[in-house]
Amino acid sequence: MDKNSEVIPFLNDNKYPGIFGWIFSTDHKKIGLLYMYSTLILFIIGVIIGLLIRIELIAPGKTIVDPQTYNAFFTVHGVIMIFLFVIPSIPAAFGNLFLPIQIGAEDVAFPKLNLFSWWLYIIGLILILFSLFTGKGAPDTGWTFYVPFSEFTTTNVSVAVIGVFILGFSSILTGLNFITTVHRLRMPEMKWMKMPLFVWALYATAWIQVLATPILGITVLLIFVERMFGIGLFDPAKGGDPILYQHLFWIYSHPAVYIMVVPAMGVITEIIPVFARKHIFGYKAIAFSSLAIAFAGSLVWAHHMYTSGMSDTAVIIFSFLTFIVAIPTAIKVFNWVATLYKGSIIVEPPLLFALSFIFLFSIGGLTGLILGAAGTDIHVHDTYFVVGHFHYTIFGGTGFGFFGAMHYWFPKIYGRMYNKRIATIAWALLFIGFNILYFPMLVIGMMGMPRRYYDYLPQYHTGHIISTVGSWILAVGLIIMFYNLFKSIKHGEKVGKNPWEAATLEWTTPSPPPTLNFVSEPKLTRGPYDYKGVEEDEQYS
Amino acid sequence: MSNIHKDYLGSKFGMWLFLFTEILLFGGLFILYSIYLHKYPTEFHLAGKELNVYFGGGNTVALVTSSLFMAMSISAIQKDDKKLAITFLSITLALAFVFLTNKYFEWGAKFHHGIYPDSPALLERPKGEIIFFGLYFVMTGLHGIHVIIGAIIIIYTLFMLKYEKVNKDDFVLLENAGLYWHLVDLIWIYLFPLFYLIL
Ligand code: HEM
Ligand SMILES: [Cu+2]
Repeated sequence: MDKNSEVIPFLNDNKYPGIFGWIFSTDHKKIGLLYMYSTLILFIIGVIIGLLIRIELIAPGKTIVDPQTYNAFFTVHGVIMIFLFVIPSIPAAFGNLFLPIQIGAEDVAFPKLNLFSWWLYIIGLILILFSLFTGKGAPDTGWTFYVPFSEFTTTNVSVAVIGVFILGFSSILTGLNFITTVHRLRMPEMKWMKMPLFVWALYATAWIQVLATPILGITVLLIFVERMFGIGLFDPAKGGDPILYQHLFWIYSHPAVYIMVVPAMGVITEIIPVFARKHIFGYKAIAFSSLAIAFAGSLVWAHHMYTSGMSDTAVIIFSFLTFIVAIPTAIKVFNWVATLYKGSIIVEPPLLFALSFIFLFSIGGLTGLILGAAGTDIHVHDTYFVVGHFHYTIFGGTGFGFFGAMHYWFPKIYGRMYNKRIATIAWALLFIGFNILYFPMLVIGMMGMPRRYYDYLPQYHTGHIISTVGSWILAVGLIIMFYNLFKSIKHGEKVGKNPWEAATLEWTTPSPPPTLNFVSEPKLTRGPYDYKGVEEDEQYS
Repeated sequence: MSNIHKDYLGSKFGMWLFLFTEILLFGGLFILYSIYLHKYPTEFHLAGKELNVYFGGGNTVALVTSSLFMAMSISAIQKDDKKLAITFLSITLALAFVFLTNKYFEWGAKFHHGIYPDSPALLERPKGEIIFFGLYFVMTGLHGIHVIIGAIIIIYTLFMLKYEKVNKDDFVLLENAGLYWHLVDLIWIYLFPLFYLIL
């Protein structure tokens, strides 16, 4: 490659014409963007279904859809949000975009495999969409595909689980690629303890992806086999045991919540020191707590099954282990707060998202302890309390982490800045709408409103009305946020290399970065959170 | 900048990680097996006796031998003997087909006796035996699919050998195919006693 074409931004570097320049590109940045656009589209579809669920629930009895459609709604909403948005979102989109740059590499270790992972994602997506409109109707099992119902329902579960299997494969390959990339392609000067903490978070996540996802693979594959051949491994009539399904499912799906949230924590860890203009407090503690979460998080799956009929001993053990995960999580929260303490804080949109992450995720975490303690869980199990809890964690956590990442790295990706005032307004609406939407769920859950119910008793009505109104405020916030970002891709103010004056490597290369990421060999002149003497960016005011 | 092209160690490292995921995929089934064995020890014992040790043993020999030829094929290409490498690899492939043919007859015989998933004859048996044969078909079936995938990889590698894309200086594809094949072999070595020799 001659010197000239090396500095052309990656967006214009097309071997193939038009869209093929994207879907056949092995450039990690393009693949990252492909993931970002695809997951965002799925997020929007998921949100629309979420809004429909909320409209149905604004009043008792039938409002807009019949019960069967309602079952399909919450199933599809859950499947889309979990498998198609949250799990791939930050690692596959921002991990792909910035992991190689942050470690000073030209690309990931296996560029072709990387593209293949995205293709698998699309194939899985198509299968899942296909399952909605063909056969005897969209799946109605909930995203957990619990047996025995999932074995016997006539809806299109078989197609959907194969879709999920393929998505799992995609996730495994991304994780495998990242682990190898971190080990093999770090620039030689970058020792482990000099890596940006986002890289650490992705590295820990990648191990969970590789080690936990195969279990999900076999589990959903078994659903398929059971439906096709009626073997009976989970069917008591043939000697099988449905509880074993739940064990297998949660052995993956609990660690999966860390696949969802650890990368978001990595994003927050990048944002906070930049806008506090202070070295991150407790670098090593944060790095190792990612690994500790990954490890401890693999041991706690059965806290989803306290009411399924396990032995009391098992319940106590899993309850205890669950509390242990709170420790590394709290370490991170304390480190973020300590970093902010006495920092010279600059309030910019990415920081606002980071701060609301801490707030919302803390509520998610604290309600999680109520669910993790076996005694209280019996009371709120499978109520709206759970729905409130996991939205606070995965939407308030991963979702806001994702939005934070979008606002933080936007100028790097597009070389332009969005309108910060509008971004702040959007953030405020999102934050307010979010709490109005989900806080009432915690309350009516405590009162006993079960989840996944089509109809409810009058005493829950007020809570549902407030919640539905909240969903509209949130939706307005989302529209404004996406509008602002979308418009700024072409029309935003131009920025230089380093609008935030951050210290990690991606800010030393042009925005957007050239095809092989750096114009000249990158040099490691400072630590990732070492802001002293970071050059001001003339092009940016 | 780190050079990303042809990172030999990187490729092997990636392959090892992938093999881990394969073991874990089967791991879920091994967990099911151990729990059901615990629940139905006598039924598993009785049902296991109905499997034909000669079929299973024959297939074990076939796979282990094929692994040997795979390893020899790698040594051959390291010594730059393309022809020999192709011969050895072809023998590996042939043994894979022996395995599959054997499996076909074995399963066929079971079907012939009315033992297949959800069959009336099977459902009349005690629950533990239904589960035993259920696991048998699922686990050996999944393993069989892996043998097929392995065979496809070997065929691809054969072509690469022929056109010298795999050669003395760059044989990581052959090595990775070998690793995959050894894994297929290894899993079988666990499946064989679990189903055929269960006491
Ligand atoms: C405007 C945004 C959203 C609204 C209005 C919304 C609303 C809802 C409601 C009302 C339910 C409960 C259905 C029931 O149990 O009867 C639900 C379930 C669920 N939501 Fe959301 N949600 C939104 C965004 C999200 C996001 C961003 C995620 C993931 C990050 C998510 C993940 C889930 C999951 C996994 C379920 C469980 C589905 C099931 O029970 O099978 N939601 N959502
Ligand atoms: Cu959990």
